[in-house]
Amino acid sequence: MDDSPKFDKTSRYTEDRGIAGAFEGETVTRRRFMEGTVLLAGGIATMAFTLPALGFALGPIFEDTTPERWQSVGPEDDFNDETYVPRVINLVPEIGDPGKTTIYVRRFNPQRDKEVAGQEPQPYVAISTRCAHLGCPVRYIQASRKFVCPCHGGVYGFEGQVEGGPPVRPLDRFYTRVRAGRVQIGDRFSLNSQLKRFSPRDPSNHLDGLWQYLYPARPTT
Amino acid sequence: MKLLRPTPPRPGRNGPNGPNGAPAAPAKPGVKEKTVEGTASVVGWLDERTGTSSFLRYFLYRKVPKGTNWFYTLGTATLFAFLSQAVTGVFLAMYYEPDPTRAYESASRITNEVFLGEFVRGMHKWGSTVMIILIFVHMARVFFFGAYKYPRELNWVIGVTLLVLVLMMGLTGYLLPFDQRSFWATVVAVNINASGPIVGPYLADFLRAGAEFGPTTITRFYSLHMLLIPGLIIALIGAHLYLVVKLGTTAPPWLKAEKKDLLREEV
Repeated sequence: MDDSPKFDKTSRYTEDRGIAGAFEGETVTRRRFMEGTVLLAGGIATMAFTLPALGFALGPIFEDTTPERWQSVGPEDDFNDETYVPRVINLVPEIGDPGKTTIYVRRFNPQRDKEVAGQEPQPYVAISTRCAHLGCPVRYIQASRKFVCPCHGGVYGFEGQVEGGPPVRPLDRFYTRVRAGRVQIGDRFSLNSQLKRFSPRDPSNHLDGLWQYLYPARPTT
Repeated sequence: MKLLRPTPPRPGRNGPNGPNGAPAAPAKPGVKEKTVEGTASVVGWLDERTGTSSFLRYFLYRKVPKGTNWFYTLGTATLFAFLSQAVTGVFLAMYYEPDPTRAYESASRITNEVFLGEFVRGMHKWGSTVMIILIFVHMARVFFFGAYKYPRELNWVIGVTLLVLVLMMGLTGYLLPFDQRSFWATVVAVNINASGPIVGPYLADFLRAGAEFGPTTITRFYSLHMLLIPGLIIALIGAHLYLVVKLGTTAPPWLKAEKKDLLREEV
């Protein structure tokens, strides 16, 4: 007969498994327990600096970086409803020249122009020069009454609607208002091909049909 | 190591005790002997404590297959292109200011005023192109020699990851001169990122640090270009080299494995 003590290797108790120095009712060996403790402590210590750093880097996504700002671009007499007048506004005043952009402004003509759906009628049409393809600066050509992009050949009609090339939606616009006889330019908004208003989106983001759900709005807008 | 160590005395030759056991007159060591001995003892001291020589012997004197040729130097060439980028980059950082109002000025100051600035900046600029060309030629070598096959698949994957990281270096570095070309190229590149469904807009906001190209966009690109991506590249180059040394290199595909004589007789 075999006198050696019988151990049940499958038992959940360390005592039954014949581990030296086991306590009664103990299920986790001290070695295993220490392994777990070291991994947990190391994990907590790593997370303690990784998570704040990650949040620090990702913060701008959730930050409202475009506070409402109205900039005057000149008296009402400067503008008409026949042609666009170029004006320079400051999008990011903190960085000087790179933060400036050209916009094209004309008076809204209720008889001829299509209303933008989803907002109060704007007294002026202020077209952004940021191409809806990849963000190059478009230029207005008076002779053909079109906006053209130098980078990849995007062409937009008089109201900023796409007429050719790769752009996926009309040119963005800015809110406008008149204060004390002067035209003021507000924040940017985007449009889809039906001239329905959307919160500002990046160039290259489609806004028609089901596409609009693939390009979500910013968390802060 | 072996060359630097003084040859141990052999029995019967002029040892410390001279021939026939008679004590030899102690020869006065010259400057050369002293230098050699001193260097050997310093190297020996370090080697005894770090094992450098056995590591270097394993690393540099490993066996390579027959037919190894100049194509096998492309990986090392890429490594040296990276080292050149790292060194010139560190020194460019001494004069460059990552600020939207100062970046262009400081970059043109490096070219026009700083001593050898044009040379160092030129090295970094043209070196980046050379590095990307070398990577692709190295990759083509690995592909056409079939060196990506078992057991080296993981090294191929690491290499492709390195390629992507190096292209990201190219993208983030392109903004830093901050002239018209780099500004608009970055605008377009960020908007290409924005065109990805669901995550695209968030990725673009992350790169720009906001909805518009803003005051911290350039510092963000600078930090990615200087610290984060190079760190990842160095770590992955380490893994890449470790696997090369561990698995060895492959023979060129035009060499057939030699049959043993025994097998040849049986045929």
